[in-house]
Amino acid sequence: MKDAEIMAKNPNRPLSPHLQVYRWSPQMAISIFHRATGFILATVGMITLLWWLSAIGGGPESYATFEKYVVSAGESGTGFETASNWFFRLLALAVTFSFFQHLASGVRHLVLDIGAGYELKVNRTWASVAFIAAFFATAFVVLFVASRFLGV
Amino acid sequence: MDSRTYIGRVRGLGSAKHGGEHWLKQRLTAIGNILLTTWFVISLLLMPNFDQATLAQWLAQPTVAVPMILMIVNIFSHARLGLQVLIEDYVHDEGLKFGTMALLNFYVVASAVFGIFVVAKLAFTGASA
Repeated sequence: MKDAEIMAKNPNRPLSPHLQVYRWSPQMAISIFHRATGFILATVGMITLLWWLSAIGGGPESYATFEKYVVSAGESGTGFETASNWFFRLLALAVTFSFFQHLASGVRHLVLDIGAGYELKVNRTWASVAFIAAFFATAFVVLFVASRFLGV
Repeated sequence: MDSRTYIGRVRGLGSAKHGGEHWLKQRLTAIGNILLTTWFVISLLLMPNFDQATLAQWLAQPTVAVPMILMIVNIFSHARLGLQVLIEDYVHDEGLKFGTMALLNFYVVASAVFGIFVVAKLAFTGASA
């Protein structure tokens, strides 16, 4: 509230520069992606993990329900079930990429924490490498799942 | 007029000496997560099939149930620390911040206990649940 009052008095006062002011760079993108992917993992990722575990614990019937909505409803699936399958496949793709992205940028953070990798070029290179590594790891998992379970 | 002594005025105003704790816990759970989630992902990739019976038998083994429970505790601790920072950075209203922080704690504790219970039940009562 206080900030808003000050803003109202003098709307032209200088503001600290924020995201839209800067030119995007890998170092900047990876920091934002680390947060965003962490949020996705902590919400969608962990709830799905718990659903999966409890479906296993609940026995064959509850696991069949999980499979029908999340994995594949098969040929006899209703329109809603098939839509649900594709929705969860998209989520699975997002969670898989988030996992590898958060892992790669997390390892980068651990390296930075010991005081290494702050030189401009090195920092930029490893930020890019983390993105590329996450992309290829995700691609590997997608191809693996597609060839093994979806028969593509 | 404040009639306290100089030392009395400043006591309790300094650092709580817990400044490094959050930071360090975030890193330690991160290292734990690297180990545990790598185990989890490799286990999934090597799974012969994804029938309920196969998965239940797999989960019920002590060598799987223990790391799975550790992974649940570790990822939820790490997520709590991380989401706490998000709330501190983006929720500015004090009341709302208190509320979201309380919800976050409910969410992670309830979820972790639920997950541990599911795995423990399978491990203790057998896979024929």
